[in-house]
Amino acid sequence: MREPLSGVQITKVAKRYGSERALAGVTLELASRSMCALLGHNGAGKTTLLGILSTLVRPNDGKVIYRAGTAEVTGIAVRREIGMLAHASLCYGELTARENLELFAKLYELDPGRAAIDAVLDRVGLEPRARDRASRTYSRGMVQRLALARALLTAPSLLLLDEPFTGLDRGGALALGTELGKLRDGGAIVVVVTHDLEAIAGRTDHVAILRRGQLVFEERGSYDYERLKDVYHQHAN
Amino acid sequence: MSLFRQAGRVAWKDLRIELRSREIVYTMAFFAALIVVVFSFAFPRDIRIVRGAAPGMLWVAIAFAGTIGLGRAFDRERENDTMRALLLAPIPRLAVFLGKAIAIAVLVLVVAAVGTPLLALFLGAPLFENPLPLVISLVLGAIGFASVGSVFAATLLKVRSRDVLLPVVLYPLLIPLFVAGTSATEALIAERVNLDAAWYWISFLGIYDAAFLVVSIWTFESLVIE
Repeated sequence: MREPLSGVQITKVAKRYGSERALAGVTLELASRSMCALLGHNGAGKTTLLGILSTLVRPNDGKVIYRAGTAEVTGIAVRREIGMLAHASLCYGELTARENLELFAKLYELDPGRAAIDAVLDRVGLEPRARDRASRTYSRGMVQRLALARALLTAPSLLLLDEPFTGLDRGGALALGTELGKLRDGGAIVVVVTHDLEAIAGRTDHVAILRRGQLVFEERGSYDYERLKDVYHQHAN
Repeated sequence: MSLFRQAGRVAWKDLRIELRSREIVYTMAFFAALIVVVFSFAFPRDIRIVRGAAPGMLWVAIAFAGTIGLGRAFDRERENDTMRALLLAPIPRLAVFLGKAIAIAVLVLVVAAVGTPLLALFLGAPLFENPLPLVISLVLGAIGFASVGSVFAATLLKVRSRDVLLPVVLYPLLIPLFVAGTSATEALIAERVNLDAAWYWISFLGIYDAAFLVVSIWTFESLVIE
């Protein structure tokens, strides 16, 4: 029985790697039907925060509460709701696109069938003749499309995307931006870490900026490219 | 049931990839065969010496070839960060550990299946006089190696010098397993076969496996989450 997440409360989350401080007391609330752009320079702590949200990185301090309605959910129930696009593809190079998606569908106890898998691959624009080829033969852009298909396959209610536009051409990046907008409108919580402000302009409705592990700016509203650029340059530096 | 079904899926995924690439199994089998051939030239073919040395040769070949396979099997999970995808899946993380360990155990058994007849062939070691206890000891050895090895290989996945560190941290813990395996094999191929001693050491292997399986299951999740 799935319980789509309706909100995530991050409270005073801190993470250190040895003596290196990655996050220092970050507090942030994420709501459904929203797209949060998590911005900041390299090393600001964005990927660490995504790791903590994905349950794969344990914070040294603070806590993250996942809610489905009014109830708090934990463990496997949370992981079932998370879709993740990371720097790496999270897919097996020796397997084809279809085999990768079939494998992950089974691990999520889904039986999507060939038509549903093809539908996801159509959504991300992976060309049909590539779908039965080992994914290690793919170009960077095709790998990115497969990785996105893997993240979307399970219809997650919390989608964590780390530089999702990398490797995509301008058309692909804009199509992905539209797809993310649809997911948000469908009720998902979308968190995007990116430096491509143009691709998320007009779609993001929540901006959080990290600098040296600290949350230095947070605001909800509508953002066109110029406003995003201004906010970023004002607070990230 | 879900735990074992999901562990089976993880194991089958590893074996399916290996059946397709045959990279690990060929490397392991070739390396094990090479060790046996080198030993066969290094030791005189005196049956008394062979009876004493063959058990050590067999288990050394399994240890070294197994370590190569272990490292490579987990390197595969590192290449596209697929270990993260497995840990993110809504399955007990224990299923990931069990699946990886099952696949490694199968690969180690393939090495044993190559190394054992080669030892018998090159050195004339009477390894097949009591096949059942020998097979049981090899299966238990493979399970122990895979369960301890999978925990450490997964833990070291993001460590830069993991290739060097893996045997350094793994072998001290595997010493009891290799002592028991070698002793069981020695008892089976001695001039006067000592089945009681062989079964004693096989029981020891079973206890070792049970103990380390429990410890591995207990520690795996906390070790792989950053």
